[in-house]
Amino acid sequence: MLPKLFFGYYAVVITFLSVLIITRKNPVHSVMWMLLLFFHIAGLYLFLNAEFIAAIQVIVYAGAILVLFLFVVLLLNLREELQVKRFVGSWPAGLIIAAGMLAIVVNVIKSFTAAPRGIYSIEYIKNATHTKALGQVLYTEYLFPFEIASLILLVAIIGAIVLAKRKLRS
Amino acid sequence: MPSDYLPILMFMMVATAFGMGALILGEIFRIKRSYPEKLMPYESGNPPVGEPRMRFSVKFYIIAMLFVVFDVEAVFLYPWAIVFDKIGFYAFIEMIIFIVILFVGYIYAWKKEAFTWD
Repeated sequence: MLPKLFFGYYAVVITFLSVLIITRKNPVHSVMWMLLLFFHIAGLYLFLNAEFIAAIQVIVYAGAILVLFLFVVLLLNLREELQVKRFVGSWPAGLIIAAGMLAIVVNVIKSFTAAPRGIYSIEYIKNATHTKALGQVLYTEYLFPFEIASLILLVAIIGAIVLAKRKLRS
Repeated sequence: MPSDYLPILMFMMVATAFGMGALILGEIFRIKRSYPEKLMPYESGNPPVGEPRMRFSVKFYIIAMLFVVFDVEAVFLYPWAIVFDKIGFYAFIEMIIFIVILFVGYIYAWKKEAFTWD
């Protein structure tokens, strides 16, 4: 009963916060609600026995990426955008797209099997702890993607500096 | 497993209750006697000039971006440190490669003067 209650709380609050984020007129308010959303998603991960992912959610998303979001919002200086009327597209088109998404999700859930295959079963992960199981796979089996990740981060550094530094000069 | 985090949940609830409680109690008990001068934003005694909504410098963006990148790098170190004794020297080499690739980015940022403010 308690786990269901817990999950229900997170499901309802996450949905509610997501709606709040996309309907706020002031983008800074959106970012602040997003902070609360990220903490709730972290709680949901914790509930799924994924404590490492939960920690990442707080450290990287709530800690770093949100700061980036906030800086970009302040960088754009949306003074006129706050005064214009809210942009809402034609609702039948939105309804059709949403229904299509729902159909895809329902189809995927139908073909989803809950039983994990291979050696990484729920019992194994519970025994070895989530972080350890993840590390063992990441640094042996998925070594190459892990090294690729560093290249992607390198591209992010260079891209940011090339874009922003050129702006500084002019 | 989630029950292990009950103290954290309680901590967050107490922190939220304290923050909101202080504001609500203040709203209830404080004396409200406002006049235009009192409601003005305080700027060291000078009358405020211009708008508070200022365009931020793009320099903040570079700092935030570098912070995100090196934050993600540090995150990869946590599982690595936990499984280090099982994988051993092999893990050491792969992490060195990972850090060297990002160190190239660090040198690039340094040479492009991304860390200097002016």
